Amino acid sequence: MSNWDRFLNSFFNARVAWDYLPKIADGFVLTVVLALCVIATGLAAGLALAVVRALGVRPLNWLIIFVVDLFRALPPLVIIALLYFGLPAAGLSLSGFAATWLSLSCVLMAFSEEIFWAGITATPKGQWEAARSTGLGFLATLGWVVLPQAVRMVIPPLTNRTIAITKGTALGSVVAVSEILGAAQAGVSFSFNPTPLTLGAAAYVVLFVPVVILGRWIETRFAWKR
Amino acid sequence: MTLDDFLLAFFSLEILEQAWPILWQGFKMTLLLSAIVVPLGLAGGIILALLSTVRHPLVRWPLMAWVDLFRALPPLVLLIFVYAGLPFAGFEVSAIGAVAIGFFLNTGAYYGEILRAGIESVPRGQQEAARSTGLTRWQTMAYIVLPQAVRNVLPDLISNTLEVVKLTSIASVVALPELLFQARQAQSVTYNATPIMAAAVIYFILLWPVVRLLSRLENRQLAGGR
Repeated sequence: MSNWDRFLNSFFNARVAWDYLPKIADGFVLTVVLALCVIATGLAAGLALAVVRALGVRPLNWLIIFVVDLFRALPPLVIIALLYFGLPAAGLSLSGFAATWLSLSCVLMAFSEEIFWAGITATPKGQWEAARSTGLGFLATLGWVVLPQAVRMVIPPLTNRTIAITKGTALGSVVAVSEILGAAQAGVSFSFNPTPLTLGAAAYVVLFVPVVILGRWIETRFAWKR
Repeated sequence: MTLDDFLLAFFSLEILEQAWPILWQGFKMTLLLSAIVVPLGLAGGIILALLSTVRHPLVRWPLMAWVDLFRALPPLVLLIFVYAGLPFAGFEVSAIGAVAIGFFLNTGAYYGEILRAGIESVPRGQQEAARSTGLTRWQTMAYIVLPQAVRNVLPDLISNTLEVVKLTSIASVVALPELLFQARQAQSVTYNATPIMAAAVIYFILLWPVVRLLSRLENRQLAGGR
């Protein structure tokens, strides 16, 4: 058998691919579910923190800044390890899915809070003053006048950050979540053939290349006007 | 569970004392790893950014596909693919070799995008003026365009470098004895979460100043410039 045949037989083995396709497909669905959960909770929490920060209560803001800094400085995998391997020592067990979801949500919360906050502070003061002078309350001003402009402004960095953090779902494989990478690795050790990894990589490409291209498009479409 | 139990599980001084020597080794390994992969990624990024100045479609399209591909694949997937997959193709790679290859491909693509944006932000007149003084194309790039490009995207470069240093924690998955790996080892021997907690604290102490600096740079960018 030539080297080339051996290569094809290893990485593009049709029989192995056929056997493990269903497992990878399940992993694909789980990855998508996990990613959507992370995006929903992470962005909601980030926006909530930014709104609380806009209230301008000093001690509260210091706390928010500290939490945001904390989750920007810690590697996501360290947070996952702490929740998954550490919490049982305190008598509390989280599933791998819950640990990954919670960890990535915290990370996305931190990054998105920074970005939302940047948008809020970048909205001209006159917008606040004009809205308040028409009789709108603080929250009404924030919700109806400031946030719509702020969010529009920060869509490009927000999209990029969300994509980057969502790719962290692959870290779930470390704590026994059988998302794409986990399913692929299991496939490799059962079949002793790397084809499931090729399939896994292809699944990520199918999932994320459109997202990356969408991110590129959004970046030009919503680019800050100078 | 009482507070004492909690402290014992997460902040036990006794355990910390036992685990400290290997945590310290892990910390040094993390620094070494960062010192290898950051320059490697930067080198890859500069190559990609320079290639992006070539307008020929035979360069442009493959380059874009390359960058999008490696931005779409989660770094852990790339690492596992290199580490677990290459041996099947007849190449034995060590853990550190796999990390170097994976990071070169992944972080190179990110640095490349940032530097490309930087190069595009330098007005064309700069190049024309430099060329008209008799500088060659490469001299113009090296002495005139790149320094300004780097300055324009410095916050993004620092931010990406922070992400790369955090990302070295995934090397624990291929049994490279960096900080997280050592902490996991110590945790599984002692069945106590203190080592992982200690690793998190070390990461935070190491990276918090960078996060603060970034926060400040980003705010300044918002306040001025735009």
